[in-house]
Amino acid sequence: MSAQPAVNTEGYTTADGRKIGGVLMEMKNITLRFGGVVAIKDISFDIREGEIRAIIGPNGAGKSSMLNVISGFYVPTEGEVWFKGYRRGPMKPYQVAQLGIARTFQNIALFDGMTVLDNIMTGRLTLMKTGLLAQAMWWGAAQKEESAHREKVEKIIDFLEIQAIRKTPVGRLPYGLKKRVELARALAAEPKILLLDEPMAGMNVEEKEDMCRFILDVNDEFGTTICLIEHDMGVVMDLSDRVVVMDYGKKIGDGTPDEVRANPEVIAAYLGVAHD
Amino acid sequence: MLPDQILFALEVTLNGLMAGVMYALVALGFVLIFKASGIFNYAQGVLALFAALTLVGFQNGQIPFAHLINATFGTNLHTFGWTLPGIVAIALTAGVMVGLAWLIERLVLKHLVNQAPIILFMATIGLAYFLEGLGDVMWGADIKTLDVGLPQGISETVESATAALLGYGFFIDNLDIVATIVAVILVASLTIFSQYSKQGRALRAVADDHQAALSVGISLRFIWVLVWSIAGFVALVAGIMWGTKSGVQFSLSLIALKALPVLMLGGFTSIPGAIVGGLIIGVGEKLFEFTIGPMIGGATENWFAYVLALLFLVFRPQGLFGEKIIERV
Repeated sequence: MSAQPAVNTEGYTTADGRKIGGVLMEMKNITLRFGGVVAIKDISFDIREGEIRAIIGPNGAGKSSMLNVISGFYVPTEGEVWFKGYRRGPMKPYQVAQLGIARTFQNIALFDGMTVLDNIMTGRLTLMKTGLLAQAMWWGAAQKEESAHREKVEKIIDFLEIQAIRKTPVGRLPYGLKKRVELARALAAEPKILLLDEPMAGMNVEEKEDMCRFILDVNDEFGTTICLIEHDMGVVMDLSDRVVVMDYGKKIGDGTPDEVRANPEVIAAYLGVAHD
Repeated sequence: MLPDQILFALEVTLNGLMAGVMYALVALGFVLIFKASGIFNYAQGVLALFAALTLVGFQNGQIPFAHLINATFGTNLHTFGWTLPGIVAIALTAGVMVGLAWLIERLVLKHLVNQAPIILFMATIGLAYFLEGLGDVMWGADIKTLDVGLPQGISETVESATAALLGYGFFIDNLDIVATIVAVILVASLTIFSQYSKQGRALRAVADDHQAALSVGISLRFIWVLVWSIAGFVALVAGIMWGTKSGVQFSLSLIALKALPVLMLGGFTSIPGAIVGGLIIGVGEKLFEFTIGPMIGGATENWFAYVLALLFLVFRPQGLFGEKIIERV
C-alpha cells in the first residue's frame, strides 16, 4: 500500500435522512480479462461509509466478477482498488478478509460438516489474537478469549433469529437458512464492508422479505457498509442508497435508484429496445 | 481364583489392547491429514520411517549423506563422533519434520490447490517413494537399533502384582505401557486442539471448503504446513515406538498397511475412532489367534484385520465414528 491518504470526507444525506460518510472504497478504472474475454471493461465507482451500495445488471454482466475483484478472489488486469484512502496491492483473498472485507457467495460456501455456531465462529478467526503457542501454553487466556468471541456470536445469532438451529450441522439446513447462516458468519467478522453476492437468489417471497429486513437492520444497527449484487430490480431499488448498473462488462448507470430507473440505457438493457 | 484359561485370555486381551495402541498411533497420522485436507496420505508410513531414521541419525551423530559424500570425494566420513541424549535428538527431529512439512507444502501441495483428491493421492504416493529413497541416501539402508531411553522388556511390577493378586503373572511389555500413556496424551491434546482452538477450527474449516475458508481470512498455506507438521510429529511418535520395538528398517514403513483396517473400522475422519479402531483390531486379532487360530492352522494375525475391515465396508462403510454423509437432494 502506498501512503497517500485521500479520503473524500464529504458525505451526503439519503432520502430517509440517514447520514452517509466519506469514500471507504474506490474502484478506479477496473478492467478484468480472462484470455480474450473481457469480463469488466474500465469501470470506476466508489462505496461510501455506511451506505448500501448495489451492483445490478442482467445475467453475465460481470457483477460477480466485480465482487470477486473487491474481495480479492480475482486480481484486476488493469486498474486500482483503493480502500480507506490507501491503494491496495495485489492480495490473496484471506488477506483481504483480514482487512475487514467479508463476503457471502452466490452458491453458498459454508462448512457443511460444522454446526451453525462453529460456522459463525470461523467468521471471528481474523479477530482472534491468541497465537498457536500461546494457546498451547496458556490455555486460560485462550479460553477467556474464546468465550468473549462466543458472546459476540450469540448476539448475531439472536439478531438473525437462528437460535433454534445453532447446534445443527449446516449441511442439514434448508437453502434459505443456509443463506442466513452465511450472512451471520460474514457479520461475525465485524466487517468494514460486507459484500453480498445475490443474497436473495433462489428464495421465495417470504424469505426475500426476511432477508431484506436483515440487510436493512444490519446497516441500521451496526452501521455496516454493504455492497450487494442483485438480479431482482424491485428488491434492489427498495434496499439500496446508490446503484451501479452493469451490462456486458461496462458501467451503464450510477446513481440513486430513481436516477437509475430513469436512465434510458438502463431501461434498454433490462427491457430491450425496439429495433426498427 | 479364576481358571488359568480365562486369566490367559485376559492377558491376551491386554496385550491386544497394547498392540492396538501401536496401530492407532499410525492411524492417527492418516486421520489428521484426511480430516484437514481430504487427502489419503499414502506417505504416512514412510514419514514414520523417515522420522525414526533421522532420530537415530541425530542420536548417533551420523553424518547425513555420508555414503554419497564418501563415494564422490573418496573420503571416509561416518560420524561426527558424538551421541546426543534422546530428548535432544527428538526435539531436533521434530524440527526436521516441521521443515519437511513446509517443503511439502512449498514444492507439492501449493501447485495442486483445487485438484481432485485422486491427484493429491497420487502425489502422496510419489512423496512416499521419494522420502524412502531420501531416507536411504541420507542415513544408510542398514538396520538400526533405536534407544531413546524408553523402558523395555517385561514389566516386573505388573508381573509380580498380578502374581500376588491372581496367582498368575501377566507378561506385559513396559514399552507397550509407555506407548499407551503417550497415545492417550496425544489423542486428548489433539482432540482439544481441533475442537476448541482457533487453529483447530480453521483446520476443520479448510477441510470443509477452501473457498469459504479463504473468505473468512484463513491462509490455506499456513494450515497445510500446520497439518503436515502435526502429522509429521505423530509419525515421529509412531516411529519412536515401532522403531524401539522392532528396529529401524525399511519394513517400518509397512506399518502403514496395518493402519488401513484400523481406519476403516474407526472412520477416516475421527481421532477417537482411530484409537478405538486400533484397539478393536489389536484385541480382535490376538483373541482370534488364541481361540480360532489353532483350529485353522494359525497365522491368522496376517489377515484377520483385513477381513474385519472388509466386513465393516459392507455393513458400515463410514466406520464406527466416521461422518455419515447426508446430502439434501
